[in-house]
Amino acid sequence: MEDSTSPKQEKENQEKLGEARRSWEGKTAASPQYSEPESSEPLEAKQGPETGRQSRSSRPWSPQSRARTPLGGPAGPETSSPAPLSRREPSSTPSPPAPARQDLAAPPQSHRTTSVIPEAGTPYPDPLEQSSDKRESVPLHTSQSERNTFQQSQQPKPHPCGPRDVSYNNAKQKELRFDVFQEADSNSDCDLQLPAPGGSEGAPSMLETAIQNAKAYLLKTSSKSGFNLYDHLSNMLTKILNERPENAVDIFENISQDVKMAHFSKKFDALHNENEMLPTYEIAEKQKALFLQGHLEGVDQELEDEIAENALPNVMESAFYFEQAGVGLGTDETYRIFLALKQLTDTHPIQRCRFWGKILGLEMNYIVAEVEFREGEDEEEVEEEDVAEERDNGESEADEDEEDELPKSFYKAPQAIPKEESRTGANKYVYFVCNEPGRPWVKLPPVIPAQIVIARKIKKFFTGRLDAPVISYPPFPGNESNYLRAQIARISAGTHISPLGFYQFGEEEGEEEEVEGGQNSFEENPDFEGIQVTDLVESLSNWVHHVQHILSQGRCNWFNSIQKNEEEEEEGEEEDEEKEEPDYIEQEVGPPLLTPISEDLEIQNIPPWTTRLSSNLIPQYAIAVLQSNLWPGAYAFSNGKKFENFYIGWGHKYSPDNYTPPVPPPVYQEYPSGPEITEMDDPSVEEEQAFRAAQEAVLLAAENEESEEDEDEEDDYD
Amino acid sequence: MDADSLLLSLELASGSGQGLSPDRRASLLTSLMLVKRDYRYDRVLFWGRILGLVADYYIAQGLSEDQLAPRKTLYSLNCTEWSLLPPATEEMVAQSSVVKGRFMGDPSYEYEHTELQKVNEGDKVFEEEIVVQIKEETRLVSVIDQIDKAVAIIPRGALFKTPFGPTHVNRTFEGLSLSEAKKLSSYFHFREPVELKNKTLLEKADLDPSLDFMDSLEHDIPKGSWSIQMERGNALVVLRSLLWPGLTFYHAPRTKHYGYIYVGTGEKNMDLPFML
Repeated sequence: MEDSTSPKQEKENQEKLGEARRSWEGKTAASPQYSEPESSEPLEAKQGPETGRQSRSSRPWSPQSRARTPLGGPAGPETSSPAPLSRREPSSTPSPPAPARQDLAAPPQSHRTTSVIPEAGTPYPDPLEQSSDKRESVPLHTSQSERNTFQQSQQPKPHPCGPRDVSYNNAKQKELRFDVFQEADSNSDCDLQLPAPGGSEGAPSMLETAIQNAKAYLLKTSSKSGFNLYDHLSNMLTKILNERPENAVDIFENISQDVKMAHFSKKFDALHNENEMLPTYEIAEKQKALFLQGHLEGVDQELEDEIAENALPNVMESAFYFEQAGVGLGTDETYRIFLALKQLTDTHPIQRCRFWGKILGLEMNYIVAEVEFREGEDEEEVEEEDVAEERDNGESEADEDEEDELPKSFYKAPQAIPKEESRTGANKYVYFVCNEPGRPWVKLPPVIPAQIVIARKIKKFFTGRLDAPVISYPPFPGNESNYLRAQIARISAGTHISPLGFYQFGEEEGEEEEVEGGQNSFEENPDFEGIQVTDLVESLSNWVHHVQHILSQGRCNWFNSIQKNEEEEEEGEEEDEEKEEPDYIEQEVGPPLLTPISEDLEIQNIPPWTTRLSSNLIPQYAIAVLQSNLWPGAYAFSNGKKFENFYIGWGHKYSPDNYTPPVPPPVYQEYPSGPEITEMDDPSVEEEQAFRAAQEAVLLAAENEESEEDEDEEDDYD
Repeated sequence: MDADSLLLSLELASGSGQGLSPDRRASLLTSLMLVKRDYRYDRVLFWGRILGLVADYYIAQGLSEDQLAPRKTLYSLNCTEWSLLPPATEEMVAQSSVVKGRFMGDPSYEYEHTELQKVNEGDKVFEEEIVVQIKEETRLVSVIDQIDKAVAIIPRGALFKTPFGPTHVNRTFEGLSLSEAKKLSSYFHFREPVELKNKTLLEKADLDPSLDFMDSLEHDIPKGSWSIQMERGNALVVLRSLLWPGLTFYHAPRTKHYGYIYVGTGEKNMDLPFML
């Protein structure tokens, strides 16, 4: 038997006219896909010629995983292959079924046109596909079961193979190696299973021994990994023939690695993947709950609609417009946020709600919703700051009794500026945050002026956990939820703008006097007619801020801390001798509400806002987009009638210079430095002696006087 | 991100909020095809967008067969017409490092920077103020180069090196597994390795020379300059650079999809140590 490459095969084919050789090209492999690589000659592909020759007579080849071809039977139901190949039917059983192995792989067919055609002289020239033993280089196709079944069906039955494509080229190359094996195998197998072993082998010849030795070597199990080369090579070739990558020879080593790794992954399937996928499934479940919530409430549809219309904004519409500007979170993510907002409005008594934006963090992000509660439905929070104030006052009073003890410190903490009431100033809206849509919404606490003042001095990334401490200098009074709230307040005050005329001041002017600092209420202007988009883009004076500016004090409405101080100070005035506070603090004034943004300050020659048209190609439907340069990530759009603000970013202000942390103040002089606490040098020996001498002198003098007095007294008594 | 999978990539990177408007997207799809054909690149990457005050720059990069060879950078103002940028030299980088602030948006804009230079005139040495003009194009080139060298990343296993030298795209790359995706060591800088030779021998012994031939992100300074997050419930891993805010890298674990995009002002975040 020659181990020959294809030409040889051809020759053989030609030789044996009667051979039923199935061209493996057209056969489709009906068998299931990949079976586990079996060690039994998977790759024995072409053993055609040899085997054919040898076991002409009865080579159902069933034992091997060859496709059983209906020996002699009509062409199997195999599909026809690409045609131009002539197939030979294994018409006669004796004619050794072409040792074509079935190629269960789907890959493209190769043809041995050249070899096949000359064989046309075979008994069955018609190109019937026959699934017969195609020789295929892919061992995996044939499964053991198949083999078994085939063993039984030794007669020429059309083997219901699926489309099989054998790569001829591969086949050829493997032939050399595997023909030998195949023969040997077929021989051996046939011997085992088939009554008719098929021809020739009689006494094992030298070559056969060599082959068997070689095969035994390949089958040797590696001591390290438990694999053997034979299986591995057959698996690899199976994979290659299945997938048919381009330039397979270049990635051959990678494929080898992959096949080896594939062994491991299967064993750990059950345990391995569960852990990893669990969080994914959890989130998916939560988000599924979002989608289902709509179905739950069907009862109060009418009431709901009334409220829902007011409360829930049309997030998708705004998202559409922002997408025109190139800003947005992606449609399905936005939709999930939309549903989460709906859930928020359903569970809380909310008058109005808006998707404020998204703040990125290190570990997790925040999705922020700006909410206005219905009248009278505010949830009050316990005030804790007053406690701090009282403590300060208490300390200064306690010390007055003990004068000889510690010197009294005249450090008086500056009075904490009280926070603004809800619904006014910086606390006009309540903010809810969540990390991902589907997670529960958490309400952020109202903001305190001190927090805003310090937030202006620090610059920290958000971690994503609301209870994370903010470690900074100056020390931030609060944790991340407070810092987040302060930044949200600053961003809102700095970047929430609307077209001029959209909002107008309320009709009642009486409030103006009560509230210092100007108007802080506005309402929608029903007569707003819209502004041309081009106008909105060209001139910044067409946009106004509709959120109050935050003063450097940290509040929107000026709080005069001096007035209150005077009342409290009256009691303590006797003890405090020195007041270091100025008697008069200038009132801070900020730009009033509804000032146009053209009045915004520039940052070192950079205009505070950048205006663009969303599209230059189709200007008639474009919208005006404004980006803030002061707070990168703040966007506003308007199409003339509608407008919306949005923020997406890290939550920090822009500054062209680098951040410099504030320097700690000089050490404060807490105690009056008088002789009682001032350090003095210890007296030297001479000084001490002199002092002692002086004291003794004084004592002597005193004693003399006393003795004189005593004598006088004694005289009196007498 | 690969120009071939632009739409999907944009969708996956949308978590950072900045993306592209539909008309830009549409024009990119067509114009990048043409760029690929005209310049005969093997792969065209859409690098990102640098926001300027007046206009934005859209940047694309073309790669040849060898993935680690210097990339050609192109820019466009309208996503339709692309112009090639000169390669970055050290001189350019040094020159533009003095410029601060935002990009203007006009490539011919010139920044003025006054420098004190010592001028020798005979025996006298005095300082003169010289106004140096730096073109915005130069600055653009150097910023893109700096960003690439600092924060352009790819997952481990996406490229492999052959003994002949060139680096190829690994066609059998199936994606990182979930546990690998959360570790910084599974991502490499997409540039010639700088620190690889500083590794100890023990570490080097564990490396696979065909896959581990670039620096990993683990040893980046400052530590913590990358934010790793899983979005969409573990179906997407997103890395954001804190040193160059605006750079987003995304990867869907167990799939072949990965890429990075930069959308930002083109300024380094020098305050990073204070912010962590």
